[in-house]
Amino acid sequence: MEPQEIIARRIARELSSGMLVNLGIGIPTQVANYLPEGLHVFFQSENGLIGTGAPPEEGMAHPTLTDAGGRPVTALPGASTFDSAMSFGLIRGGHLDLTVLGGLQVDQAGHLANWTIPKKMVPGMGGAMDLVSGAKRVIVAMQHTAKGKSKIVKKCTLPITSTRRVDLVVTELAVIAFPEGRATLLETGPGVSVPQVVAATEAELVIPDHVAEIHVSS
Amino acid sequence: MKTISLERSVAMIPDGASLMIGGFMAVGTPERVVDEIVRQNKRDLTVIANDTAMPGKGIGKLVGAKLLRKAVVSHIGLNPETQRQMMAGELQVELVPQGTLIERIRAGGYGLGGILTQTGIGTPVEDGKQVIQVNGKSYLLEVAIRADFALVQAFLADYLGNLSYALTARNFNPVMAMAADTVIVCADNVVPVGVISPDHIATPAPVVDYLIANV
Repeated sequence: MEPQEIIARRIARELSSGMLVNLGIGIPTQVANYLPEGLHVFFQSENGLIGTGAPPEEGMAHPTLTDAGGRPVTALPGASTFDSAMSFGLIRGGHLDLTVLGGLQVDQAGHLANWTIPKKMVPGMGGAMDLVSGAKRVIVAMQHTAKGKSKIVKKCTLPITSTRRVDLVVTELAVIAFPEGRATLLETGPGVSVPQVVAATEAELVIPDHVAEIHVSS
Repeated sequence: MKTISLERSVAMIPDGASLMIGGFMAVGTPERVVDEIVRQNKRDLTVIANDTAMPGKGIGKLVGAKLLRKAVVSHIGLNPETQRQMMAGELQVELVPQGTLIERIRAGGYGLGGILTQTGIGTPVEDGKQVIQVNGKSYLLEVAIRADFALVQAFLADYLGNLSYALTARNFNPVMAMAADTVIVCADNVVPVGVISPDHIATPAPVVDYLIANV
């Protein structure tokens, strides 16, 4: 199984019926592909849509029905549309149950950096700062390392997205939570040992006596 | 509200004006107005908008024609030309978190001096801003923004200037329609009064100054 699929499948298990969920671009978008049968989740696109569905069939795209990346989507039965003030009222106002975002770095205190690499990548924060500051629960979906270097670090060297701690980081090697602001290993990736996770991680990890293995079934 | 030709609507805009332009990645951007701004070669513009779209679409056309002096936006990641001009010092870019940007515009249109938000606390967004404690929590004071012109794209406009919007083409449009000295509207469909039900009017006619006539 590809790393992205392991991550997306594991995060899909965090969703339950009736939740309002915002998925970022990249791996987070794939989470919607692995929802269990019968689960009804409201997906929000921050450009003004709740009830975002899969991309339309060829020839069925509508120029005014798009996701936050400007790509054509469908609207599921029960969908609603609204302006950007309401969209971010939903995000900041305690109405958004979960946001899943990509990450560049997460540090051992749970701070996320995901919006800029100064002088190299300056795309703008878009909605990321509001999402991390405002959602009830924040999950980071990212690969564990980039170019062989741990993305889970002692302290973020990149500008952080929010002082609010994320709740969970899911990589292909580990599931990490931040109780009391300390990175704690909850699960290892399929076939991955605890020492392998520790070796691949710059951050200091709290290792409980029992660490489960990520359960993903295809 | 007056109806006006596309050419005359853009002729009103002087060089150096500030423009709020509706749209999200060019969805809900008044493309006809953007094209006319390029044709009339309006220069040194300040644009306040969600993003600069992509090259050749929406606000991306203004960037490509080098008509902007400043952009106040939340995202430029899909427009490499905006990033290039910013890095080269040709274009000043103020990056604002999206939820803060829409609220600053809303404040500008609703008679408020600004808003308090936790978004941006402890990040570079905080630099130079006042932090205010309310009930033990820290908030950034983010000040209101207004513009000389709002360029709005509606789905329906009636003969009086009442507006409704389509799906995700709504985004910043109804909020911007409240926050500029002169509001210019382009609509997909211009319809008789009464066609839009009062409950479906998102922008009431009195805030609209000019409706661009169909060709």
